[in-house]
Amino acid sequence: MTRIPVVEKILGANDRLAEENRARLDTAGVYAINLMASPGAGKTSLIEQTVRQLSGQLRLGVIDGDIATSLDAERAERAGALSVQINTGGDCHLDAVMVHSALSELPLSDIDLLIVENVGNLICPANFQLGTHKSVLIASVPEGDDKPYKYPGIYRGVDALVINKIDLLPYVTYDLAYFQRGVEILNPGLKIFPISCRTGEGIDIWLSWIKEMVTTFQRA
Amino acid sequence: MHELSVTQSLLELAQDHARGGQITDLYIVVGQLSSFIDDSVQFYWNVISEGTLAEGSTLHFNRKTAVMECRECQHQYQFNAEQFACPNCGSVQIQLISGDEFYLEAIEVVPMEQIPS
Repeated sequence: MTRIPVVEKILGANDRLAEENRARLDTAGVYAINLMASPGAGKTSLIEQTVRQLSGQLRLGVIDGDIATSLDAERAERAGALSVQINTGGDCHLDAVMVHSALSELPLSDIDLLIVENVGNLICPANFQLGTHKSVLIASVPEGDDKPYKYPGIYRGVDALVINKIDLLPYVTYDLAYFQRGVEILNPGLKIFPISCRTGEGIDIWLSWIKEMVTTFQRA
Repeated sequence: MHELSVTQSLLELAQDHARGGQITDLYIVVGQLSSFIDDSVQFYWNVISEGTLAEGSTLHFNRKTAVMECRECQHQYQFNAEQFACPNCGSVQIQLISGDEFYLEAIEVVPMEQIPS
């Protein structure tokens, strides 16, 4: 019997493919965001708002990950984005392989900003790198203020946080300070955008941030 | 439910290192905050390893508890989802020291030349 030391990440193959995706995006000059959230938090609504309001300023592409149906990709397309649907057939997250094949279906030279809408889930997407430049999480008010404490993994790994449905704050029990305290511990200094996709509140600040990110990237 | 694809990655990784030998044991380190379930990986492993050089092998999971360290007073303590702040000084300036590991530490193999034909 021989013991062979390995000491390698089990998801190393995914990470390596994610790096390839990133290189491909960089070469094509496409800035990509991995958008994660629980089901119903407002991923598709935020994408619709973003696509509509940035049309004429940035060319948008959307990769839509879902267990089944192409409803979300259709919504993104109606809003004016070039879109590709990935049906994971039961898998709870997107991985680098799925994004790799979706990239081949998009005319990357016609896209400035690519939003990858992950499968609605707060656990698994956090473990799989896709090759995107930034990861953004949406937390919506009705989900409750304890989510950072219950799903620390996803809060630790993101670059920005959108708090959606803030128009519901007067109607639900939600301690924003308690929520933000959990976030601050897990991810100090995290960029936070309180918004309402329904009323449009806060969306302009989110859009300026996105535009700034894309401009900085394209200048580099 | 992504343990199936994870188990496939595990098999590929082990085979890459086995130099053609028969894999008998795999030592896996799993942090408390990594969202992988031992039992599910074990279940898929039995199915996936069938007919490979890892058939019949045993998975050993070394569970690492999540440990936080306070940046203010350097106190180290076990992660507790109810109370993130430092139990010593109450600071929220804390960082994770361990707990998100998920890697294959080592494998044990019967070298190729010793496998009974």
